[in-house]
Amino acid sequence: MTTILLAESVTVKFGGVTALEDVHMDVKQGEFLSLIGPNGAGKTTLLNTITGVVTPVNASLKLGNKDISNLPTHKRIRLGLALTHQIVRPFKSMTILENVAFAAGFKKVRKIIPSLITLNRSLEKKKAIEFLEMVDIAQYQDQEVSKLPLGVLKRLEVARALAVEPQILLLDEPLAGLNSQEAGKLADTVKSISKQGVTIVMIEHNLSEVLRVSDRLHVLDNGRNLAQGEPKAVMNQPEVRAAYLGI
Amino acid sequence: MGLYEISLATGVGIYIILAVSLNMITGYCGQISLGHAAFYGIGAYTVALLSKIGWPIYLTLGAGFLAAGIIGTIVGLTSLRVREDFLAIVTMGVAFLFVGIVRQQEFLGGEMGISGIPSHGMSKLAYLGLVLFFAVLSILFSWYVKRSWMGFAFDAVADDEDTAKVLGLDVKAYKLTAFAMGTAMAGLAGGLYAYYTRFIIPDTFGFIESITILSMVAVGGIGSIFGVVFATILLVLMPEFFRFINDYKLLLYGVLLFSVMRFAPEGLSGFFKLLVRRKDG
Repeated sequence: MTTILLAESVTVKFGGVTALEDVHMDVKQGEFLSLIGPNGAGKTTLLNTITGVVTPVNASLKLGNKDISNLPTHKRIRLGLALTHQIVRPFKSMTILENVAFAAGFKKVRKIIPSLITLNRSLEKKKAIEFLEMVDIAQYQDQEVSKLPLGVLKRLEVARALAVEPQILLLDEPLAGLNSQEAGKLADTVKSISKQGVTIVMIEHNLSEVLRVSDRLHVLDNGRNLAQGEPKAVMNQPEVRAAYLGI
Repeated sequence: MGLYEISLATGVGIYIILAVSLNMITGYCGQISLGHAAFYGIGAYTVALLSKIGWPIYLTLGAGFLAAGIIGTIVGLTSLRVREDFLAIVTMGVAFLFVGIVRQQEFLGGEMGISGIPSHGMSKLAYLGLVLFFAVLSILFSWYVKRSWMGFAFDAVADDEDTAKVLGLDVKAYKLTAFAMGTAMAGLAGGLYAYYTRFIIPDTFGFIESITILSMVAVGGIGSIFGVVFATILLVLMPEFFRFINDYKLLLYGVLLFSVMRFAPEGLSGFFKLLVRRKDG
């Protein structure tokens, strides 16, 4: 498999705290990679560095053959990345459908003048319904986000990220806060998206689901690489068990 | 229509352009501005100076529109670095800076302002027609923007600009566009005001005027075009019809602003929607 995303020598500091130190991560085309590690390991910081939300002290980031290290967030997204948030962040003034339709219209808002002269939203609404169906929340399409439960909003995050038609979907704890039944269903949904050819990088603490759906694991601990490889083999490594499970 | 009514309606028309223009920045794009009157002033001073050297009205108004829009875009650059309360303070600074600079410039008339601005060359009724034409144009443009994909992008920026970024939106470009369009429209209002009064002084475009415009937007309902227009008409006419209010105008605007923020953050527009919902429900 070819490498689609390569993050090398990633070092991030927040004031005097080193969040990531010389971290390396590669993602292969079409794989389902789970990024795991204890709280404070630097998982979210790594994803935020890849998308440009966090500015690193040092990092070399490549998406395909393109160096994206110095690009602003919106340009990295346009090259094929999408990110969902650990704590859901829907657009509160929009309905569920509008949230996804806005993301689906990413080509229409690329440039200022075309965005001003374009009115029609019907194609994007149609596409949005398809994405909502994919994550099984189409029945909530006309509802305001403030009235919906976390399970629906977590799925909305996924649908909205899919709507920007990414090559790589970066999911930050999509199962957090969900009960085991909801978590299992959403993990299945994400797996089915992966099977359709979208490369997935998922941060998750729910280890049973992680082991069930992932092709490969990448483990961080205390801002450093700890291990990476096939899920069961990684989980059998004593240092991973010690750092992550405390056993 | 008597001269008094024509004059009153002209003032209402100018304020509608101003309120709609601030609504573009604060209501649509979520960027708070407490210095909007400065751009109103830039338009007025540009038109006053150029008309005195003989430029025709269509060129002076265009120049006022452009001058305010260009300086507004430069001020808008600050919105790329600071947000919310900090942006409010920066734009408040712009309001004070404008008056402070104008007061010290001899060629701008200093404290005494600029008098003897040439006439627009029309009857007062025809001029009212021109002002109302621009007011309606501003409303229609604003209404159109809201329905376009640009309006959709403004909604996203106003809601959560970090999320808008991770959906691929060039948030900086949209913020600057909102500032450019809103401040240019304020410049046009300023130009129309200069021809309307033919005498301008720096204090007309001070911080209190910025708060007055913001009151119109907040009372109408931030982001609601028709609510803002309705509130503007109400707030401009009220002190005229009830003369005693005129003495307490600032107090009234302050109380209204406070009451709206505390009890009805969505303004008259939100109140109207609530009534309709109750009627339907």
